[in-house]
Amino acid sequence: MAHDHHDHDHEHNHGQAPPSDIALRVKALESLLVDKGLVDPAALDAIVDHFEHKVGPRNGARVVAKSWIDPWFRARLLADATAAIAELGYTGAQGEHMRAVENTPTVHNLVVCTLCSCYPWPVLGLPPVWYKSNAYRARAVIDPRGVLAEFGAVLPDEVKIRVWDSTAELRYLVIPERPAGTEGLNEESLAALVTRDGMIGTARL
Amino acid sequence: MGGMHGLGSVAPEVDEPVFHADWERRVLALVIASPTRGNIDAGRHQRESIPGPACLGMTYYERWLAALRAMLITGGFVTESELATGVAQGPKATPRLGAEATPAALARQGSYLREGTGAFRPGDRVRARNLHPAGHTRLPRYARGRVGVVEACHGAHVFPDTHAHGGGEDPRPLYTVRFAARELWGPQAAARDSVSLDLWEPYLEPA
Repeated sequence: MAHDHHDHDHEHNHGQAPPSDIALRVKALESLLVDKGLVDPAALDAIVDHFEHKVGPRNGARVVAKSWIDPWFRARLLADATAAIAELGYTGAQGEHMRAVENTPTVHNLVVCTLCSCYPWPVLGLPPVWYKSNAYRARAVIDPRGVLAEFGAVLPDEVKIRVWDSTAELRYLVIPERPAGTEGLNEESLAALVTRDGMIGTARL
Repeated sequence: MGGMHGLGSVAPEVDEPVFHADWERRVLALVIASPTRGNIDAGRHQRESIPGPACLGMTYYERWLAALRAMLITGGFVTESELATGVAQGPKATPRLGAEATPAALARQGSYLREGTGAFRPGDRVRARNLHPAGHTRLPRYARGRVGVVEACHGAHVFPDTHAHGGGEDPRPLYTVRFAARELWGPQAAARDSVSLDLWEPYLEPA
């Protein structure tokens, strides 16, 4: 099966240039594993399609928007996030044990994985490069206010920051506060206001 | 690496694509489809075994590729000579994950929860033990020796320190423990901020 994403191909360095031959090495490894019958190339395409098109922050945004308009769903989400999120059909690896944490006028939540890059794939998709970066993993726990400022979010001193370091198989989803002036919006319009960074906690809505 | 200084500033990218090159797509898919998949802790340990100086300079998918190659060899799925030449030898296998089974496999909701209850309760004060194992652990260095409060009990979960090294699941009670930021970082931290970690009972002692 052809890979139909070549138009997106471009190399970004992120200050850490990969060896120029890495694409060739990956291609050679894939060919070897296919030749040995260890992987099915059509399964590889299906996996790529899933992570590129089926999961992503739109899923999490739908969870958050529903929690803003449906108090019973919100209660279920805060009591058992895994089950509440599964009600919307979002399940799979890296979402086995979900916990939703809510921002309030006095508490702001921020999620990190200092040990690797744990992230709730079914609701947010694959993590952005900065979430996996050495800098974020090092600093989110010791200097959350400095990290938030780099994202343009300056929190008043009276707002407590709660950092969640995803050290086990629990995965955290931040429920941002519903923005003021959105009382008339329906669930779909509300979901459009919810950003990925808002659900990690590096932004406020 | 939680709490380390000198690793630069966080650089968010505007309108970041899911992948930055086609080879990243294929590495992700290979890791998920390959017969080495199954023990998340062994995979993490393999990535942690990349020597530190090299690891710090590698991107996420470069680390995944290095760990995949190593696990394919240690698992006996390919040989060094096959990796070097790209030429397959020996009988052909059947893929662990076929295309038809892939959507269901990706949606499957597994669980790391096992039978068992623990000694601590919400509100208990606990100290993270001062442990420095050479192998895999999920007790971050910055929490070792620090005192926090149990805020949630999650039953027993698969214990990474054993599971990563072929010792079976060895389930142990898991807790969310909240540490005051000043307990971890001293007076430079904001007085009311906190960091919560998910820690297994063998990492903890009463305080």
